[in-house]
Amino acid sequence: MTAYIDLKLYATLKKFSPPSPEKYPVEPGTTVLSVIEKLGIPKNEAKLVFIDGIISELTTPLHGGERVGIFPPVGGG
Amino acid sequence: MKDENLANIIRSRAFKSLFPDDTPYYGLASDQVATLEKSLPLSAIAIEIAALENDIIPERYVRNFKAFSYQDQIALLKSTVAIIGLGGLGGGVVEILARIGIGTLILIDGDVFEETNLNRQMLSTQNGIGTSKAVAAQQRVKKINSSVSTIIYKEFLDEQNGPSMLAEANVIVDCLDSITTRLMVQEIANKLQKPMVSSALAGASGQVTTILPGDKGLTLIYGEQARQSSTGVEKSLGCLPQAVTVLSALECSEVVKVLLNRGALLRNRLLIVDLHSNDFEIMHLL
Repeated sequence: MTAYIDLKLYATLKKFSPPSPEKYPVEPGTTVLSVIEKLGIPKNEAKLVFIDGIISELTTPLHGGERVGIFPPVGGG
Repeated sequence: MKDENLANIIRSRAFKSLFPDDTPYYGLASDQVATLEKSLPLSAIAIEIAALENDIIPERYVRNFKAFSYQDQIALLKSTVAIIGLGGLGGGVVEILARIGIGTLILIDGDVFEETNLNRQMLSTQNGIGTSKAVAAQQRVKKINSSVSTIIYKEFLDEQNGPSMLAEANVIVDCLDSITTRLMVQEIANKLQKPMVSSALAGASGQVTTILPGDKGLTLIYGEQARQSSTGVEKSLGCLPQAVTVLSALECSEVVKVLLNRGALLRNRLLIVDLHSNDFEIMHLL
């Protein structure tokens, strides 16, 4: 059964966005890491992962229905 | 000078006026503050504080009212804020904090302006290329609000000089462009038991957080990254002026709330701003 997540990619990661990021299909139990691998996002750029607004690990499993935000390291000023 | 004598002198120079909602107040014009500063053994800030203590508002702060109370404005005038980095974020922060009436600003930057700063750094001008950012900041503050005291350091903050530069600050504002230096500043702020407001950006995206002594703060955001690489993806995206300006305003908002001990702080939270998609989201770091 396919579930969907609402995926938000920020800054340099935007270019990896799938066609409908707000309804991105995932297999329940899949991890954020496998999502970024599938999208071709370099692991060292996926530094900050938020699931439903809470900082999370790349290994966190997804069940569908989550809002997933991925932010690269930014340091400019 | 006795407080009552001072109050009478200030009262004699105050005038009655109206807020835009037609409620009355007593105001004191900037030229009167300047005249009193010349004739009294007091700083302009001390005169402005004395005025406010007697329910007289220096005109330059009238539009801070009634969002601010007399006591709020006094608290800000008695405050010292250190701004580390006087580039994009720092330029906006200096502008706002001088106008809002922070009594003392510690301005730290060892850099000089270069042409690539002109897209976003409010203190940079075509004629100022090659000149000190700290001096430009001091000159700008003087032009905006000559009551504000400035202490400038035309050198980069490091582990050795940092503690003494920041010793008098009530709040430290991180306007740096290096992740490693940010982490160092957090360590110094923590040792000095000072609150710190931090922001960083790349392109049209950025983040803001507020760190109180003892908090994990930036280590929750950057982790070991901070030790390994001083820069983030701004290397490829640059820094856009509209994002820098929004983020510098958000930093100032946090500074004011810390100083007034009022309002919701971004403590253990990261406000993520993305102007491309118009996302403003508060993420929980704990």
